[in-house]
Amino acid sequence: MTEQRTQGRDTSGAASSDGTTGGTTAGGGGGGWLDDQQLLPELVAHLRQHRTQLRQEWAGRISGSHLLTAMTPQEVHSETTSVYDNYVEVLETGSVEALRQYARDLSERIIPRGVETDEVIGIVLLLRDVLARSLFQKYHDDFTVLNHVLDAYEPAANRIANTVAVSFVDERERVIRQQQDAIRELSTPVLQVRERLLILPIIGVLDAERAQQLTEQLLAGIRQHRAKVVVIDTTGVPDVDVSVANHLVQTVDASRLMGASVIITGLSSKIAQTLVTIGVDLSKMNTIGDLQGGIEEAERLLGFTVTRKAEGSAAS
Amino acid sequence: MLRFQEALVERIGAERCRGVIIDVAALDVLDSYGAKTLGVLAEMARLRGAETVMVGVSPEIAFTMVRLGMSVPNMHTALDLEEGLLMLGRLTGSGPGR
Repeated sequence: MTEQRTQGRDTSGAASSDGTTGGTTAGGGGGGWLDDQQLLPELVAHLRQHRTQLRQEWAGRISGSHLLTAMTPQEVHSETTSVYDNYVEVLETGSVEALRQYARDLSERIIPRGVETDEVIGIVLLLRDVLARSLFQKYHDDFTVLNHVLDAYEPAANRIANTVAVSFVDERERVIRQQQDAIRELSTPVLQVRERLLILPIIGVLDAERAQQLTEQLLAGIRQHRAKVVVIDTTGVPDVDVSVANHLVQTVDASRLMGASVIITGLSSKIAQTLVTIGVDLSKMNTIGDLQGGIEEAERLLGFTVTRKAEGSAAS
Repeated sequence: MLRFQEALVERIGAERCRGVIIDVAALDVLDSYGAKTLGVLAEMARLRGAETVMVGVSPEIAFTMVRLGMSVPNMHTALDLEEGLLMLGRLTGSGPGR
């Protein structure tokens, strides 16, 4: 639709400029008016005809600018060929749908390879320049026709650059969102190690948002696994601030309300200090030095006994 | 709520009951007044010789209660009705089926 409108405007512009150029180019002007309908097909035909040469020039300028260094020359060759064909097709049909799909596919393939946004935009702009140069060369005798050609070419070329850049950034953002979700999921695992015994290992910095999420996952996990004992292991947490320490105490209380007792293991000396200074009632907190001791205590609470097999029976 | 309290304490005496289970699984919200009433109820039941177990607390209610500082110190808690019955059995020294 937009392409149609662009062409329409070009036509009217062409008609008025033809009017001003006057008598000598009258024949050419009449031809020019027709030319506008044929301009794009002619342009496309020109680009198709010189496909190999233009594509090579483009590829040369890509390697000259040290773009796409993450890809092998063969890959660059095949991708540039596809991009070139897609590019010409958009110029011909005016529809960017196929290109958008291709750009998304391409992004999906090259993002994991470490191709940057500026490289992608850079190569599309290079192609635009290479093609524009070739048009200059072809039409440099007749300035009026060159103007019309560029009128038809430029908006389409800009739209293509836009589409490719937006598709690439979209794809990148999608990957980032996916990874963020994955990290969030993984950062607070609630694991069942025995019937009705959950373990919640916390590693890394515990900020307010993560503490909140930890509470939600823990309480949901208690319900889902019908847990009676939960071991929260904070060996991997160096320090917490006062509000997070408070949150931790509240989480323990909330778990108790749901009928599960909580054992906290591996408290660092700094966290212990923070917990004492905030002045909450810690008498109900069951804390044990390390994770091993915590699991043993939990097993005792649940009535499990773990015994080692005798040497002889283990061998047999 | 007050009538419920009175009726319950009456019946604890009349039936010589040893344990009370309060199931709050159907509650969507529990305000501070409700929590306090439950605490009072548990204390009254204890004075009349019965232990109280609150069961079926949802994660949302559990955390809201803690966040608002609504504690129920005299109350035992268990995950659901089944767990509550087991707990009462242990607390009163008799199995659920006796």
